[in-house]
Amino acid sequence: MSKLTPVLSAHWDQPDSFTIEAYTRNGGYTASKKALAMDPDAVIQMVKDSGLRGRGGAGFPTGMKWGFIPQGDDKDHYLVVNADESEPGTCKDTPLLMANPHVLIEGCIIACHAIRAKHAFIYIRGEVTHVVRRVNAAIADAYKAGHLGNGIELTLHIGAGAYICGEETALLDSLEGFRGQPRLRPPFPAIAGLYARPTVVNNVESISAVPAIINNGAEWYQSMGTEKSKGATLYSLSGHVNNPGQFEAPLGITLREILELAGGIRNGHKLKFWTPGGSSTPLFTDEHLDTPLDYEGVAAAGSMLGTKALQIFDETTCVVRAVLRWTEFYKHESCGKCTPCREGTWWLVQILRDLENGTGTEADLEKLLDLCDNIMGRSFCALGDGATSPITSSIKYFRDEYIAHVTNGACPFDPVKSTLFAGAVN
Amino acid sequence: MTLDRDLMQTIIKRYPRSRSAIMPLLHYVQSVSGYVTNDGIETISELLEIETAEVSAVATFYTQYKRKPVGEYHVGVCTNTLCAVMGGDAIFAALKDHLGVENDGVTADGKVSLEHIECNAACDYAPVVMANWEFYDNQTVESAKALVDGARAGNPPAPTRGPNRLVTYKEASAVLAGLDDGLAREGVQAGEATLLGLKLSKEGK
Ligand SMILES: Cc1cc2nc3c(=O)[nH]c(=O)nc-3n(C[C@H](O)[C@H](O)[C@H](O)COP(=O)(O)O)c2cc1C
Ligand code: SF4
Ligand code: FES
Repeated sequence: MSKLTPVLSAHWDQPDSFTIEAYTRNGGYTASKKALAMDPDAVIQMVKDSGLRGRGGAGFPTGMKWGFIPQGDDKDHYLVVNADESEPGTCKDTPLLMANPHVLIEGCIIACHAIRAKHAFIYIRGEVTHVVRRVNAAIADAYKAGHLGNGIELTLHIGAGAYICGEETALLDSLEGFRGQPRLRPPFPAIAGLYARPTVVNNVESISAVPAIINNGAEWYQSMGTEKSKGATLYSLSGHVNNPGQFEAPLGITLREILELAGGIRNGHKLKFWTPGGSSTPLFTDEHLDTPLDYEGVAAAGSMLGTKALQIFDETTCVVRAVLRWTEFYKHESCGKCTPCREGTWWLVQILRDLENGTGTEADLEKLLDLCDNIMGRSFCALGDGATSPITSSIKYFRDEYIAHVTNGACPFDPVKSTLFAGAVN
Repeated sequence: MTLDRDLMQTIIKRYPRSRSAIMPLLHYVQSVSGYVTNDGIETISELLEIETAEVSAVATFYTQYKRKPVGEYHVGVCTNTLCAVMGGDAIFAALKDHLGVENDGVTADGKVSLEHIECNAACDYAPVVMANWEFYDNQTVESAKALVDGARAGNPPAPTRGPNRLVTYKEASAVLAGLDDGLAREGVQAGEATLLGLKLSKEGK
């Protein structure tokens, strides 16, 4: 039996999969019909029972989040879908929306009904023109078909290039027309979110998982995955592998199993390091090939499941170069609101640049760790924490490689060997 | 071209509160002028009844809003870690050299501008190049040069996952303002990497 369980991806191979005709042909918009006939609380209960957890990075139980929305408060409620997808390595929501935007729209209808919201927003990153076209056209078609507009409005909001806007409170500020900077919490969005109204913010994949749960039942969803990490999810494999791509599998599958399916590390090379859930999750090495890729398994091994973005690097890759580049990203994307992150990421880049080009010293390693210590847990939002992950984890596993740069006075790696065009050694 | 205030009002009406329209309005200004002009900022400030300084503050926060003209074809090479390692750094260096421009530079004919960009959510197609924010997957130095040469000659190759032709920067900006250009049904539904897991599961693997 296949280890894979395509649910979200089940119909992506139909050339017209993104159209309303295809979605309806494949059974779409039956779940929303069913859910709209249910008591909203029963819908929330069903999502709670399914065990679905947020797929945007933190893994918070989705049904519980919906349950936090106050009821009978006579206020407008909002659903905001986070389609900002910018965490380095993360590439699941974008192909999902390109191949099947209607599953998200149907999920929005169900979620709005459950949390008693009349207006939903999809906040999509701005650097994906064709995906914007597809989602916009799908929304228009859903209005024409009467799925939207009869009590539930859906607006597409298009971002403009800022990683921080994926952080849910920065996203809300951005959607309100301000610079995207995180808000102080509490109050949490469930109490005072968009326009200070009760708001649920969920990831694209979380909301898209809901129609199938309504149609097949919480027990069906529960039957996949592990004890505390239920269901199936999209794992995105990229980098030095023979066949990169999207793999929808039950939570708890291992990298070894996914690599077997993907034809392994590119020929003639071996695994060096990888991220389990994007660049903000501490690096893993070949020691972690059998770590179950569920929330608990990855955490127990010292990292985070994050967005399940499995970025694979082989032995040709300089870990210092990789970490420097990610750190430059965090420095560039730091919103500047708090000092530890704004100043800290700047210093991290300076020190890492010296280390990478061979002018650093061994003492710089301690300085790096010390800086990370002062950023981690002291920053205003999780971007700052995330910036320290690649650094501390790489020093933990590859201290010798940092030292080699110091003693060599230069980077000992040839970047050409890592490129795709350098090819696999057959 | 001038800004169409009626159209701008329809964008504002998408939202329960007008200020939320600032981002699509800025994309709209870029669709008319190719960048965020002072005139655009003033018009937005009038329509939303907020200070020009507030509009500027938003415009400068987001990297997609440009304060000077970019090329008709704006090319972004992903140099975030994964793409960089897989060849993005080599592609970016080659394009700078080939076009004779630095990061954020525009060719003298105004056809092509170049910048290095962050992860564009297409890592399974690394190395990735974007042109007017359309996907060019699995690029090489040669294919990226062919892209910019085609763009300069007025016939760029079509995106890998996108419409049948590459639209201009202004046309793409209109899409990002939420306006329909009728091209949503063009192009593939998914690339090979997107479909890999599904294909393997159908083969029983
Ligand atoms: C810097 C930063 C960037 C983030 N980017 C995203 C993103 O692009 N998409 C996303 O869904 N969540 C992102 N998150 C997580 C969100 O804050 C939030 O937890 C998530 O959208 C909640 O949805 P979920 O419960 O369905 O996972 C980001 C968080 C941080 C700190
Ligand atoms: S941690 Fe960084 S991104 Fe987050 S609020 Fe502070 S400066 Fe902004
Ligand atoms: S790293 Fe280039 S698309 Fe993700």
